[in-house]
Amino acid sequence: MEILLEIKDLWVEVEGKEVLKGINLTLPIGQTHVIFGRNGSGKTSLLMTIMGFRTYKIKHGKIYFKGEDITNLPPYERAKRGIGIMFQRPPTLKGVKLRDILKLCAKENSVKIEELARTFQFENFLDREVNKGFSGGELKKSELLQLLIQDPDLVLLDEPESGVDVENIQLIGNMIKRLLQKDIPHKPRNKSGLIITHTGFILQYVAADLGYVIMDGEIYCQGNPVEIFEGIQKYGYEECKKCLKRIKTI
Amino acid sequence: MEEKTVDLKEFKSAKEAPKPKDLAELDKEEKERLKLLGLDEGLKREGEYVQIDAVPLLCRKKVEGLEILPITEALKKYEWIKDYYWKAVSPEKDQFTKAVAEDLDDGYFIRVFPNYKLVYPVQTCLYIRTENIAQKVHNIVIVEEGAELNLITSCSVHPHIGSALHIGISEFYVKKGGKLTFTMIHMWGEKTSVRPRTGIIVEEGGTFVSTYVSLFPVKNIQTAPVCRLIGKDAKASFISIIANHPGSYVDIGGEVHLEAENSGTEIISRNVVYGGENIARGKIIAKAPKVKGHLECQGLMLSDEGIMRAIPELDSFSYDVELTHEAAVGKIAQEEVEYLMARGLSEEEAISLIVKGFLTIKIEGIPPALQSQIDKTLELAKLGF
Repeated sequence: MEILLEIKDLWVEVEGKEVLKGINLTLPIGQTHVIFGRNGSGKTSLLMTIMGFRTYKIKHGKIYFKGEDITNLPPYERAKRGIGIMFQRPPTLKGVKLRDILKLCAKENSVKIEELARTFQFENFLDREVNKGFSGGELKKSELLQLLIQDPDLVLLDEPESGVDVENIQLIGNMIKRLLQKDIPHKPRNKSGLIITHTGFILQYVAADLGYVIMDGEIYCQGNPVEIFEGIQKYGYEECKKCLKRIKTI
Repeated sequence: MEEKTVDLKEFKSAKEAPKPKDLAELDKEEKERLKLLGLDEGLKREGEYVQIDAVPLLCRKKVEGLEILPITEALKKYEWIKDYYWKAVSPEKDQFTKAVAEDLDDGYFIRVFPNYKLVYPVQTCLYIRTENIAQKVHNIVIVEEGAELNLITSCSVHPHIGSALHIGISEFYVKKGGKLTFTMIHMWGEKTSVRPRTGIIVEEGGTFVSTYVSLFPVKNIQTAPVCRLIGKDAKASFISIIANHPGSYVDIGGEVHLEAENSGTEIISRNVVYGGENIARGKIIAKAPKVKGHLECQGLMLSDEGIMRAIPELDSFSYDVELTHEAAVGKIAQEEVEYLMARGLSEEEAISLIVKGFLTIKIEGIPPALQSQIDKTLELAKLGF
């Protein structure tokens, strides 16, 4: 199995506070992994660090993408190499239209912006200031449309379901499905995903290959994502801790 | 340190400059420069006026209902012009108005006849080609009752000259139900000083929309147009879009007197400060009932070397008024830059797009040709670091 992303013993600080403590993770090409965890557990920090944002200072460890050490590359270099992120709370850019960003995302891709926007019923937003006054669902659509045009090999999604109403959730699910090529058979698939979810909604749309629980900056367990999610629903995150303790004791 | 003052004695009269006979005399670089600012054969224009130093070189109209003359000719031709000449601006206002009153180097006179609504813009250009001169012009624009005019003025200097001074007196009259959209796109030089002195009078139901775009370095500029809305329902908007560069002193104001019932105004400025000193002033004076005024000033600081001052002022002499202002000065948020970097833009490209967005104002009532000229200038101005 060819590896797309490999993280080795990653320690990260934000404003002097440790947020990730020795993360190890391997994501093969074509697979989607799901991250569970409480608020403040380090899930978002992990995605932000993979994207290379300045606030997340790597103290130790390495990130490899397509076999290349990208630990010290700025975000745009990572984006060029094929990493794309969906922000949970994207900023508003005054005077910048969604279309302006989409054009920049497209770069050499000759993607038809209008056509894709129409497919996801978002053509009326192309000439609006990006993210200004967008509802929860509209923010997600805007983010996913940008990613669909950017067409990254690794998709980082931070709580794609948050703030989305019931009517839109299916559309969002379908956009993610398309982004991760879940609509084609496994073999030729070359898109991979790392998805943070609270509600597990994504599991209904995307057959995830592996799930993790992150607690206090560490990966506590990994396994079948549906089973992990059911366990969390049934017993809560406290049980994950106990469970791990049990494993350690054994 | 930016020079804020101008010593008139340092400049020769523009009349002493060599007198060009034809626009063809301009070299390739000069033509390119003016083309960038909108003086382009390929663009649809209803009329044109081009003055180089003290000489009007091109003065033509292409449609009915429009008159364009050098002001010196208009003064000879029309006796009634005295009702407009120095009536919206006082010759005694300051040393610059006095200098123009004493030694005029021409300027344009534009009149749109009643009920003529011109579709395409009229283009004017005041160009300084000779070093160390003071170009002193006086412009009068009259938009008669029910008429409409889009006037675009591109002022510039020769790309390689040293010190120069432009003094421009402009008096604009918008009659009952008329509309004047006045757009200035300027490309001065690092050694050019500029002193526009502008007065506007708008009658009942008239509209005046002024947009000032200055995105290139200038030595110093100080202007504060005074607009009187003397008829009920008259409206005026002032928009300035400024990039302030190191070594530049840019002091742009706007003063609107709401003198009649239900008149209204907005004064909006967007300022990006790379360096130098930038002052954004705005003053609204309410003197009649049921008037509305809004002042908005936003500054984006891109350097520790620059100074930005926002000076809003609201004066009310009436009970039933609605005057508001908002001002904000700050830096670019890192999260905005990183958001775009995550989409594959370098830091410089991201900042450039954010700055361009910040300076992009959708101007109410501005015709598409002018809006696209402003957008084009924003593209050209290379607004990154």
